[in-house]
Amino acid sequence: MTRPVSVHVRIPTQLRTLSGGASEVAVNGTTVAEVLKALDAAHPGFSERLFSEDGKLRRFVNVFVADEDIRFLQGLETPVAPAATVSIIPAVAGG
Amino acid sequence: MPFVEGLRCRECARQYPAEALHVCEWCFGPLEVVYDYDAIAAAVSPASIAAGPQTIWRYAGLLPAAAEGAVDLGAGFTPLVRADRLAAELGLGELWIKNDNVNPTGSFKDRVVSVALTKGRELGFKIASCASTGNLANSVAAHAARAGMESVVFIPSNLEPAKVVATAVYGGRLVAVEGNYDDVNRLCAELAGEHTDWAFVNVNVRTYYAEGSKTLAFEVAEQLGWQTPDHVVVPVGSGSQLCKIAKGFQELEKVGLLASAGESGPVRISGAQAEGCSPVASAFSEGVDFVRPVKPSTIAKSLAIGNPADGVYVLDVVRSSGGAVASVTDDEIVEAQLLLARTEGIFTETAGGVTIGVLAKLAASGVVRPDERVVAYVTGNGLKTLDAVAPFCRPTATIPPTIEAFNDAIDLSRER
Repeated sequence: MTRPVSVHVRIPTQLRTLSGGASEVAVNGTTVAEVLKALDAAHPGFSERLFSEDGKLRRFVNVFVADEDIRFLQGLETPVAPAATVSIIPAVAGG
Repeated sequence: MPFVEGLRCRECARQYPAEALHVCEWCFGPLEVVYDYDAIAAAVSPASIAAGPQTIWRYAGLLPAAAEGAVDLGAGFTPLVRADRLAAELGLGELWIKNDNVNPTGSFKDRVVSVALTKGRELGFKIASCASTGNLANSVAAHAARAGMESVVFIPSNLEPAKVVATAVYGGRLVAVEGNYDDVNRLCAELAGEHTDWAFVNVNVRTYYAEGSKTLAFEVAEQLGWQTPDHVVVPVGSGSQLCKIAKGFQELEKVGLLASAGESGPVRISGAQAEGCSPVASAFSEGVDFVRPVKPSTIAKSLAIGNPADGVYVLDVVRSSGGAVASVTDDEIVEAQLLLARTEGIFTETAGGVTIGVLAKLAASGVVRPDERVVAYVTGNGLKTLDAVAPFCRPTATIPPTIEAFNDAIDLSRER
């Protein structure tokens, strides 16, 4: 039996109350959508913070897979390799 | 400062105290400073402002930090220059250049940094930091030195040499990151979560920092005799500066500082981008209300932000004011730098070339009109980006030190 390999999700300070203070959480999933769903299953509350009512990522939430913005990849359908890092980062910065 | 009521999320309107916060904890929207405008109107007048220092701190009543003990190198109160020769070239009427090249470290960033570090120190931050395309790096390092604070400044590793030197000279730590500005920005957004006593001026102190750009509107109005222009052209990197200039003009109306309140109507606001990094101009011309990030490739490195935090708000401000967002190529940028220098004696960096190039384009297309009083903001010094214009700027002749050689080489009756 193969055990699913988990991916690392980096949690921004604003959401660490949901992860019990942890800056990184390990969950399973092969796409960004699956990973974020698994995150909400492990720590309920993430989804309503990350997604607006229409099911899209909120416009000031950026998600990166292995340091690349998923908007340059396949959005929520971007594949996530085993042991990869998915970072959730507030978009309001810079300039 | 005593007039700050708190912070409010621009997206969902949740309210927060005026503390070390920059994004809404619920929806990640940007937080805006909320003021008690009635109290400001009662306390601030053209006379009280005129009695203040010749710096941004004369507008302290409309800023989120106290003027007393400010981290201050003397930013602001830069010349507003009537530009008749440039206007004639562009077919415009009353044109002014806000020459913000001449701030202490050579760009408008001194305005925002002075506010950010003043507030940052008040909030108890120990180390000054930022993600920068260059101008901000210069300014943070300089203001930190002035304040006796340690600094750790992050830049993309491909910056112009002048901007690297003009940061490192102040003696702080300077970290060149292998990547573009958006990579640097992401790194700093993550680091800000780990280093809670660091003031990343444009990340965790951004709410306060951005307010400093309102002084670009306040000064222009004061310099025009407390009148607003009809149309302004502003460079767009993250979009913060453009949005805050709009906010500044609105606040002057709100607190009754304008000479002819309500007569002139809202200021039209247009944005300028380089074609090699024009996500906001593209969204504007496509008529959409979202901004698709891009990978920048332009000589206007100080505007090379592919993922602009305030891009969507720029679209709102520009559309509701009847302006436009347009872009120019690298060649047009250099041409515009040379045009401004030749006609008005102002040497601006590539980003200023973007502003003047877009001004020319919008004048040609009739968006900026000859019957309007127009102000173009040039916000960085040309000495910072010498490489861009160097090929076009050489001695007319190199001669031995004799009159004969001079007469042979230079004939003023001939074209150059």
